[in-house]
Amino acid sequence: MGVEGIGASVVRKEDRRFITGKGRYVDDIKLLGMTHAHFVRSPHAHAKVKSIDSSAAMKMPGVVGVLTGQQIVDDKIGNLICGWAITSKDGTGMKMGAWPAMAPETVRFVGQAVAVVIAETKNLAKDAAEAVVVEYEELPAVPNISAAIKSGAAQLHPEAPGNVIYDWHIGEEAATSEAFKKAANVVAMDIVNNRLVPNAMEPRAAIAEYNEAEEHFTLYTTSQNPHVARLVLSAFYNVAPEHKLRVIAPDVGGGFGSKIFIYPEEMVALWASKKVGRPVKWTGDRTEAFLTDAHGRDHVTKAEIAFDKDNKILGLRVKTYANLGAYMSLFSSSVPTYLYATLLSGQYNIPNIYAEVVSVYTNTTPVDAYRGAGRPEASFVVERLMETAARQLKVDPAELRRKNFITQFPHQTPVIMAYDIGDFGASLDAAMKASDYAGFAARKAKAKSEGKLRGIGVSCYIEACGIAPSKAVGSLGAGVGLWESAEIRVNPVGTIEVLTGSHSHGQGHETTFCQLISERLGVPISQVQIVHGDTDKVQFGMGTYGSRSLAVGGTAIIKAMEKVEAKAKKIAAHQLEASEDDIVIENGEFKVTGTDKSIALPMVALAAYTAHNLPDGMEPGLKETAFYDPTNFTFPAGAYICEIEVDPGTGKTSFVNFVAVDDFGRLINPMIVEGQVHGGLAQGIGQALLEGAVYDDNGQLITASFMDYTMPRADDLPSFKLSHTTTLCPGNPLGVKGCGEAGAIGASAAVINAITDAIGNNKLEMPASPDRVWHAIHGNA
Amino acid sequence: MSKVSLTVNGKAVSADVEDRTLLVHLLRDHLNLTGTHVGCDTSQCGACVVHIDGRAVKSCTTLVGQANGTSVTTIEGLSKGDELHPMQAAFRDNHGLQCGYCTPGMIMSAVDIVHRYGGKLDEETVRHELEGNICRCTGYHNIVKSVLDAAGRMKVSQAAE
Repeated sequence: MGVEGIGASVVRKEDRRFITGKGRYVDDIKLLGMTHAHFVRSPHAHAKVKSIDSSAAMKMPGVVGVLTGQQIVDDKIGNLICGWAITSKDGTGMKMGAWPAMAPETVRFVGQAVAVVIAETKNLAKDAAEAVVVEYEELPAVPNISAAIKSGAAQLHPEAPGNVIYDWHIGEEAATSEAFKKAANVVAMDIVNNRLVPNAMEPRAAIAEYNEAEEHFTLYTTSQNPHVARLVLSAFYNVAPEHKLRVIAPDVGGGFGSKIFIYPEEMVALWASKKVGRPVKWTGDRTEAFLTDAHGRDHVTKAEIAFDKDNKILGLRVKTYANLGAYMSLFSSSVPTYLYATLLSGQYNIPNIYAEVVSVYTNTTPVDAYRGAGRPEASFVVERLMETAARQLKVDPAELRRKNFITQFPHQTPVIMAYDIGDFGASLDAAMKASDYAGFAARKAKAKSEGKLRGIGVSCYIEACGIAPSKAVGSLGAGVGLWESAEIRVNPVGTIEVLTGSHSHGQGHETTFCQLISERLGVPISQVQIVHGDTDKVQFGMGTYGSRSLAVGGTAIIKAMEKVEAKAKKIAAHQLEASEDDIVIENGEFKVTGTDKSIALPMVALAAYTAHNLPDGMEPGLKETAFYDPTNFTFPAGAYICEIEVDPGTGKTSFVNFVAVDDFGRLINPMIVEGQVHGGLAQGIGQALLEGAVYDDNGQLITASFMDYTMPRADDLPSFKLSHTTTLCPGNPLGVKGCGEAGAIGASAAVINAITDAIGNNKLEMPASPDRVWHAIHGNA
Repeated sequence: MSKVSLTVNGKAVSADVEDRTLLVHLLRDHLNLTGTHVGCDTSQCGACVVHIDGRAVKSCTTLVGQANGTSVTTIEGLSKGDELHPMQAAFRDNHGLQCGYCTPGMIMSAVDIVHRYGGKLDEETVRHELEGNICRCTGYHNIVKSVLDAAGRMKVSQAAE
């Protein structure tokens, strides 16, 4: 490895602008003549919109216009779509209700927009929004899953009787039933996966500009996937044709899934910019983020696992209800189905699996992918079951897992996934060693003598990342392909631009991707520039989510590099009067092997562009493109062990130790990888201990601010002990698997397993607040 | 409307602003100092932290009038030309940031923490003191490392001065 190549913990190129305050986020951008939008939002979870009177608002100072839901319908702006079709057990399609960008007739969650005020300043727009008089007729609200499926429940959408969107299943029902009949032991439990709010620190924002002369729109937006945004805005929402719409996602302050989706506010900003003939900026505040950013998780599950007399798993049966909120967000349907139930085999040999998933509408914020998306929910079910089973079977939880690990690869699970490689035993061994698992009993006894309850919890997760082989996901209902593209431009002076369809919003692509180039060409990363986030610069891309940027986007870069190198070698061979096969690339030089003849990259590049002396028939220039479609998912996996101490007097949990051992395949920049794990762990621990969106019976979000929703803060978390085991992914040339979501997938089960171990009561819901833990200890949960 | 005069990053500034204008909006909208961010509306997240007369303050909860006559330092004013402040350098060297959105406020708070504690900082104190700054990316692990590293560097640079 070179000092800046693969495996080097290079400090990040992008950091200088962020640490000096020179980042450029959407809200930092000002356009000439720009106006400001503020939305009028429903205070009710479910209501008819009887009338909207904007006459007083229109007379307020600085108001440019007030636009309503009826106008957006009249202008034939399309309804929001869900891009993954799920088919129910009975063969019928999913039941999707209409979701207009602003509600003309019915509001179905608190915070849904009914009108927008455009004014000269944000404050004037806010003032005027308060003067818009909306008359509502309240309807009964359905605030959660159990209310939604109750007979006689209020109906959200006429298309979805009983509020059921689909009733889907996977696996073999009959074979799984047979397996349960033969079981020596069955362990069953009810599991709730709490609803989370993603809370990227940068609130969503959009600036839309319409150029009347060119009939052209530009949208600056907080997006993880600007090309997907452009595609959806043009193909489905009828806002602007694709060739007349430029979407720019500049610096984006975190996403965690919530910035994948194309939201009503971006649609309205684009539409309004043409209507008022001036640029329109909307920047959400935190309350709007709580009310309108897609939430995550929110499952209620019954799960049971069957063992033979030797404690080998015979089967797994799961029934899950998933809350998708008031409308079907862009990828919402896939999260509790193909991103969840396909991971229910965990790290284990489970010959029979049957899972049923019923997704329902409720009068709550739409739910979609949030860091891990389906896989944290699956991992939590499997790992809570394994821990609970070990306690009931009176065997060591780590050993029960080890006994059932998959050890032969490739391994076909009963739920679609074909695991390509892994070494689950190695990760577990390393985690047990790092956490001194063997010495736990003594530590527990000592803590007890000091009046504290000590617990240890294991979680062995697996995820499917590198999303995704287009043909495979297409056959499962996806509306898009999930390849990635890259373009490498070697400029005439030898500097290099890498254009990628991946988008960095904290992941450090501007460094990691440069390291890929440095590794191959031996050039310093200062000579390489990563270009992303602009549909006018990058031809196309599917963006960043599902831990895909390196495994899919990085491989596209490698594929484009191979083409660049092949052409550059031809040019070098011609210049050096040598055979192309004898050319090797070292430290930025093209060398004739076995001789002292060489030519530096800038000279090869210059030759390509001057074109004075190229091989006969060769096109000038040195620029190549590649589209890469993966052949399989990648399967990062690992073992987390958490040791905690509970104060029985207060129910407060304190961390003693958190060990994470991950197998991500090859690491390009270990420093960045560890940072990704830290952040994921914080979100997984946040789910387990602190975070939870709470709605009251009327569908009001009670936890709609940082005063009420407990975000993990520095003093809530420990420092983490991280290490890695390595099996190289055979599915891509880099051998990489993806690291962005692992922590959020594996951590929550480890924490809850540890607390329930400490308190000796397995009934404990997330977030395990001191209040809940205290009640669980004292027996009146 | 009121006229306010203050010093921002060493330069005298005056502006006519609505009385309800918050310091963060003066900085971002009038002075184009967009390094100071707004991450919430309840004074919880700390993305907006600046220094007023050397003390860390949340600029989203400070009316411009309250800052009249003071000296304000923002993230843009922390480095000496091209030379990074030791806290900035420590955040870069310890990978104390990812998306960068909370970073300016985090750095401004951290500088204030080191000023107040001097060489007596330990991990527990740093974690406790950072309670008013929320980061969603890093899990704080490398932020804590950065602050402790910078505390050492700031001690050395003070000793050199």
